[in-house]
Amino acid sequence: MAVLKILVIDDESGIRSGVSRILNNFHVTYPFMDEDYSFEVLEAANGEDGIVIIDREIPDILLLDNKLPGIQGVDVLEYIRDRKYDIVVAMITSYASLDVAIRATRDGATDFIPKPFTPQELKSSIENITKQLYLKRITQKLKQDGKKIRYQFLSVLSHELKAPLNALEGYLRMMQEKQAGDKIDDYTNHIDRSLQRIQGMRNLIMDLLDFTKIRLERKEEKIQEVDLAQVASGAIVTVQPYAIQMEVNINLDVRSDSVIMADPEDMEIIFNNLVSNAVKYNKFGGRVDITIDGTDSEIILTFSDNGIGISESDKENLFTEFVRIKNEKTRNISGSGLGLSIVRKVVELYHGTIKVESTPDMGSVFTIRLPKKPISIN
Amino acid sequence: MKKSDITILIADDDPDYLFQTVFNLEKAGYKTVSAESQAEAESVISRFKPHLAIFDLMMESDDSGFVLCYKIKKKYPDVPVILATAVARETGMTFSLDSEKEKSWIRADKYLEKGIRADQLDQEIMKLLKL
Repeated sequence: MAVLKILVIDDESGIRSGVSRILNNFHVTYPFMDEDYSFEVLEAANGEDGIVIIDREIPDILLLDNKLPGIQGVDVLEYIRDRKYDIVVAMITSYASLDVAIRATRDGATDFIPKPFTPQELKSSIENITKQLYLKRITQKLKQDGKKIRYQFLSVLSHELKAPLNALEGYLRMMQEKQAGDKIDDYTNHIDRSLQRIQGMRNLIMDLLDFTKIRLERKEEKIQEVDLAQVASGAIVTVQPYAIQMEVNINLDVRSDSVIMADPEDMEIIFNNLVSNAVKYNKFGGRVDITIDGTDSEIILTFSDNGIGISESDKENLFTEFVRIKNEKTRNISGSGLGLSIVRKVVELYHGTIKVESTPDMGSVFTIRLPKKPISIN
Repeated sequence: MKKSDITILIADDDPDYLFQTVFNLEKAGYKTVSAESQAEAESVISRFKPHLAIFDLMMESDDSGFVLCYKIKKKYPDVPVILATAVARETGMTFSLDSEKEKSWIRADKYLEKGIRADQLDQEIMKLLKL
């Protein structure tokens, strides 16, 4: 159990004792947290006393009334900022003083607790602040550990997961309030878009499952003989309905022995992603050519399309998580931004290589080389 | 000034969010100009001064919204800017103004979490424009 120090600066003794009483037996848990947080409440009746306690104790959280007898809440904020103390500040404020609230936000306050508050309101604010504090400290720690990338991954992930929910919520509200008309037909576009966003979210979740699988699973026991020609055929069947809509022709050319020692699921990830990309980012009536070729020691796979292609500058980040090439041509193509980063991870797991050659508007060729022999994974 | 004389620039790379925001603002009576990317928004700003701007934070890059705030305030210091984001608290990404560097960059007048109701957004806009 970790203890966070909370300082309450308020001239109303009722507020101070209320906060102490409510928070003394309160603790916060969070799925990612290693331990629970409980609270030690310190009190000050004015800003001058508050500053003395801040200097002495350096609390983690400050609950600050703006209207104080001597120096004001904003002065305390300024004091904290000048000394660069790492304190999360929540203003205790009545809604009437919204201007103060806005000013306080600029001065570094991160939260507001409207006065008067119920015990539950206080607890939920403190819970939020604690989570925020925890994440902030984790971030600092991750930065120190050089693990910022993983944190960025989480923040982008949260963005990618919330965006479709926001879109859906918006459309549903428009329907609920009958904003575009009284008939269901007035909302055809809204419904279509909602369904597309749901599909996008589902794809993202599937990709995320693949993604975590690669990261977490140990594979040795799953390595077996896999015929890549079969895996390729499976991937083609999966993407066929979409290819028919796009009138894209998919051809498979197996030029050598196509058996490799691998986890079949990993090979499916490679083929499913690259074949579906080759169709998705193609032109109407285009074609996709898949070849499986090889030597005694390695298998060479190529996936070529005559689709929209990738510009030189976009190529750099192509295999990075959540990077989607955004331009006029990709606007209506949905994707999680994870597919190619997953493929790269799988290929690297097998000590293989992946590269891409592409000309905008002409098409792209992805080439993967994988060693045929069983290799140690991880 | 009447709402119908006011043009709001909205930049968001989520086509649905953009569509909904434009729809709601036009329903509230404003004129709108929309941009689907940071680059598009920059080109709008270079040609045209809106009365208010609403920027999404993450577009081409994670800080597209910040960059747009900076650029629009440099060119038109008096245009109020709302930064809309779906990331704030869950990720611990806070918009503090702790350092001089951040202060010089983060020039929004208001941060809003996405998913805000249409009437709330209208309220915030009227407040910023002193309508």
